[in-house]
Amino acid sequence: MQTLLLMGDEAIAQGGLDAGISGIYAYPGTPSTEIMEYVQMSKMAKEGNVFSNWSANEKTAMEAALGMSYAGKRSIVCMKHVGLNVAADPFINSAVTGVNGGMVVAVADDPSMHSSQNEQDSRFYGKFALLPVLEPSSQQEAYEMTYKGFELSEKYQVPVLLRLTTRLAHSRSGVERLERREQNKIRLPEDPRQFVLLPAIARKRYKVLLSHQKGFESESEQSPYNAYFPGQDKSTGFIVCGLAYNYLMENFVNRELKNPLLKICQYPLPRKLVEQIASECEQLLVIEDGYPIVEEMLKGFLEKGIKVKGRLDGTLPRDGEMTPDHVANALGFTVNKGKDVPSVVTGRPPSMCKGCSHIDMYNSLNEALEPYGEGRVFSDIGCYTLGALEPFNAINSCVDMGASVTMAKGAADAGLCPSVAVIGDSTFTHSGITGLLDCVNDGSPVTIIISDNSTTAMTGGQTSSGTGRIDEICRGVGADPSHVKVINPLKKYHDQNTEIIKQELEHKGVSVIIAQRECIQTATRKKKEKKK
Amino acid sequence: MKTDIILSGVGGQGIVSIAATIGMAAIRENLYLKQSEVHGMSQRGGAVQSNLRLSDKEIMSDLIPLGGAEMILSVEPMESLRYLPYLSRQGWLVTNTSPYVNIPNYPDIEEVIREVEALPNHVALDADKIAKDTGSARSSNIVMLGAASPFLNLPVESLQEGIRQIFGRKGEDIVNANLKAFEAGRKVAENNK
Repeated sequence: MQTLLLMGDEAIAQGGLDAGISGIYAYPGTPSTEIMEYVQMSKMAKEGNVFSNWSANEKTAMEAALGMSYAGKRSIVCMKHVGLNVAADPFINSAVTGVNGGMVVAVADDPSMHSSQNEQDSRFYGKFALLPVLEPSSQQEAYEMTYKGFELSEKYQVPVLLRLTTRLAHSRSGVERLERREQNKIRLPEDPRQFVLLPAIARKRYKVLLSHQKGFESESEQSPYNAYFPGQDKSTGFIVCGLAYNYLMENFVNRELKNPLLKICQYPLPRKLVEQIASECEQLLVIEDGYPIVEEMLKGFLEKGIKVKGRLDGTLPRDGEMTPDHVANALGFTVNKGKDVPSVVTGRPPSMCKGCSHIDMYNSLNEALEPYGEGRVFSDIGCYTLGALEPFNAINSCVDMGASVTMAKGAADAGLCPSVAVIGDSTFTHSGITGLLDCVNDGSPVTIIISDNSTTAMTGGQTSSGTGRIDEICRGVGADPSHVKVINPLKKYHDQNTEIIKQELEHKGVSVIIAQRECIQTATRKKKEKKK
Repeated sequence: MKTDIILSGVGGQGIVSIAATIGMAAIRENLYLKQSEVHGMSQRGGAVQSNLRLSDKEIMSDLIPLGGAEMILSVEPMESLRYLPYLSRQGWLVTNTSPYVNIPNYPDIEEVIREVEALPNHVALDADKIAKDTGSARSSNIVMLGAASPFLNLPVESLQEGIRQIFGRKGEDIVNANLKAFEAGRKVAENNK
């Protein structure tokens, strides 16, 4: 079959297409965005009429994917790790309803927080939902696991979680394809009440899920992705999960590996294989790219069993992305580090683009807020979060999608007045609208600035759900039209924009100021495409 | 044969195109390849790097170990120094000398260049100027690819074919401009080797 050069994200997309998905649902989020983008660019997807539009958020995406599965078709839903928090409700419950057509939930974690607020490990969610988890160690496995994940999903009628981390998501390598499979036909669930989680039915469905646990474990034991490699040196056995396998093996390219090794890429843990390595070795070293989940499980709270080393006892760093160098240190191998970074090298943090509308918005906001002093601007997730840095120092929070609006409300409820929210258009339609409804219902004295650049900019300019309709949406939710103001954040309008913000800061109710100007990146790209 | 390269620069300077071109060439030569890059927040004018690994044997890690890189190929001089701990003591540093100043505290460029020149194996060239001279100011990244090409263990024809594939979508003019830029960079490195 054909060999393709694919990033981990793209391999998942191609694996899904070759497995016959009828739809992909997602909200953009680094490092998962390219899964959807690959499908959107794919000729094969177009010919197969594979649904591939962005959703308003991860929760709506997860639910739509479940609906497609209900109809008997295969669907995939993709998000970054924190997106699974947003989609946790449908995710956990979809384990109880089970699925009809195969459903794969692809989640990209971001250890080291290259582009995120935390480094939570989605394998916990898999365990929480009592579902099988696949964790590829290569682009080829990312492809195959997606393809075969659908088979596993349909065999047990449950969603399957596919967990990868940034490094694999954004690294390219050759991928060999499997035979292409046709899409499923529409077919309703055999049991018409399968998806009706009334308590009486949910209790039955939950028992079904519990009854599958043994099956999931035996799938893990037989999985080609979980492998035991015997070794003569039993002083330490290595247990490596996902990408950590590569980081261990990198250290044995020119050395002989004499220790027993267990590679784990499918969960729940393959009990027999774990028991085997534990019974053979004096101690275990567990290496994971993410939280020390397996390490913690094997160690146990009372630490009564075999000695387990890893991130928890300091053999490996407690946080951050795993690397071949961390593994080398843990093994006691010399790392032949090159020259130190010369002191002349200074940091170069990301910054807002030249000509970015957020810059003009912040310049006006900062000036308008000057009389009130610092500490009253709640912001959100997007390019405008860079307003926290020099020279703006304009914002005081960035927590989760939509939190700007509701945190500003809570602070206003506490008496902090004026209280300001700064949120982007895509983040607003993702999770800000309900917060605005709370504000409107309570008449909270908040000033909400929607910095509307008509795209999802930080992740590369994907469609934003409310483009062109943000003012309409705000009025629809009930914001007083005389306090929904649209401004054009350009330098030449600086004074009048500042004046409008000043007026609204004085208003003792909900104000929405929409600073509307297209993202400079998207605008430039559109201009170029027009020229062609 | 193994070649590990750290590509470095500032978000938007085109290191992804360099990586993609080398990737195409490596595939043409039937080599194993892993190429890891940074997407997301740092692309907004921040420091970016890509780990590119080529080998005739299977490659394990997507990340290059410390001190393991045969080359740092940088489109920006200060960024070329940021990854020195990853460069093997015998490795080559190939960098553009033209600074990209988007921070208020950019260091004295003379001092940066002195650090580059202190390395035993380095090639430093003003790729921005060379690109301009060849008539395609935007191709300085491919000038740098040309300058790195003598150290890459890849046939020139495969790299040229890679350029044709990567830029083919943008039309014949862009392809030719980049091929010219590649030649110009290559010449400088050959004379300096």
